[in-house]
Amino acid sequence: MKKSMPSIIVTLVLFIIWQIIAVKMNASYILPSPLEILQKIWELRDILIGVHLPATMGVTVLGLIISIILGLFLAIIMDLNEKIENALYPIIIASQTIPTTAIAPLFVLWFGYGIWSKVLVTILITFFPITITVYDGFKSTKREMEELLITYGASKKDIFIKLKLPSALPYFFSAIKMAIPLSIIGAAIAEWLGAQSGLGYFSKRMMTQLDGAGVFAPVVVLSVVAMLLVSIVSIIEKTLIKWRKEI
Amino acid sequence: MLEFKNVTFKYSEDDFYMMKNLSFSVKKGEFISLIGQSGCGKSTILRLINGLEKPENGEILIDGKNINTLKDYCAFMPQKDLLFPWRTIEKNISLPMEIKGVPKSEMHKKCVDVLSEVGLLEYIDKYPKDLSGGMKQRVSFARTILAGSDILLLDEPFSALDSLTRMDMQEWLLKQWKHFGKTIIFITHDVEEAIFLSNSIYIIQDRPFEYMEKVKINSEYPRDREFLKNTEIVALREELINKLRNRREQ
Ligand SMILES: Nc1ncnc2c1ncn2[C@@H]1O[C@H](COP(=O)(O)OP(=O)(O)OP(=O)(O)O)[C@@H](O)[C@H]1O
Ligand SMILES: [Mg+2]
Repeated sequence: MKKSMPSIIVTLVLFIIWQIIAVKMNASYILPSPLEILQKIWELRDILIGVHLPATMGVTVLGLIISIILGLFLAIIMDLNEKIENALYPIIIASQTIPTTAIAPLFVLWFGYGIWSKVLVTILITFFPITITVYDGFKSTKREMEELLITYGASKKDIFIKLKLPSALPYFFSAIKMAIPLSIIGAAIAEWLGAQSGLGYFSKRMMTQLDGAGVFAPVVVLSVVAMLLVSIVSIIEKTLIKWRKEI
Repeated sequence: MLEFKNVTFKYSEDDFYMMKNLSFSVKKGEFISLIGQSGCGKSTILRLINGLEKPENGEILIDGKNINTLKDYCAFMPQKDLLFPWRTIEKNISLPMEIKGVPKSEMHKKCVDVLSEVGLLEYIDKYPKDLSGGMKQRVSFARTILAGSDILLLDEPFSALDSLTRMDMQEWLLKQWKHFGKTIIFITHDVEEAIFLSNSIYIIQDRPFEYMEKVKINSEYPRDREFLKNTEIVALREELINKLRNRREQ
């Protein structure tokens, strides 16, 4: 708690400055004040939390789960086989140079306005950090430890289960913590580009109505959800990884 | 018990031979030290014995059988403790038994026995981060014992310890050696450590080496530190140090 004090103070100061500027400008369609945004969230709580949040979370969770499965799968097969690694690694890196926002409309064209076009955008943004981070985790195992296991007569499977998986676990958690906000961003972007529900869609609709606080309100809701999810994962991480010195 | 017969070896990455036609043998229950300057190939000999490297020519035999045909004949203890930080002490020392498929109940009993033998029973459920350097080396030794082999290959196990802990560990190791009755091949570049511990010391020559000079230490166990002050032992120590240093200058 003591450690987080300075950052809490800085955040508060920033909000106060924002509040002052917003009040001075008096143009809430461009820059709504934090208090206006909070008020807006309260007014719209039923529709924000009840209707649009579940829609966005559906996309986020589906995208995240598929990204985790895909990321783990890719990381594992790249670690197991050097040829696969050489074939896939450059493609995975290249996939990140695709301007997602630019091709998202294509997905809508191909897959329609249903959930899958949005899930696809989310996956495209999210699977990459998971793959690379977990892969780094596998590669982080000490060669000497591997050799020690070999002198005990360990098979490839033993080495994977007893050494690679546990060494990659902290990396896996870092990957998830990175992936949560990314998947939410992915879902929101996809909804901005084409959807009939969801917080991204709602934000865009408020934009057309020049309702500044209405544009911000869903963004704030999403940020809070992301922070909550990340802290839940951190708690799970701390209970699972007791052996680490740093924590 | 262990025999090198005309062993020739080089790392495929290197363009020089590490050893050529090397032959030597170690008897059952002996404590042997290998000394030599850094990079001369001490660890390489252990890697050949435990099968991580294969000789280009020649044979390595245990009780007359080629090691290629054998399993679980030796246990290797590395210089760094290499304990797995995510495993408790019990789980760490169980590792070789897990891999060899020893039943669970038996594993636990053996862990308890060996941990009480090395004086760390109360740490059974702790993690490596909770232990000091000397304790970690004792755990690492316990794990090596539990691999269940008759030959122990110890690669500079005490070199990372402070000198006082190190002396304790040397005396401790001699007790363990007597207790478990194993054959030990011990690497060090500390001449005094080699003299204090071993039946015989092998000195490794310049690369590529074809033989290792063998020096017998004729002193009964149990030994204590006093024996290192004997005039012959002091002279021997000087002689060995000079030998190693001359090699370095060449
Ligand atoms: N895995 C390897 N691949 C290629 N060359 C190696 C490998 N391991 C060691 N070498 C080479 O062999 C030489 C001898 O290595 P080795 O580890 O056997 O020496 P050492 O006597 O144990 O040295 P130290 O006292 O520093 O541990 C090194 O100088 C290095 O160049
Ligand atoms: Mg070495």
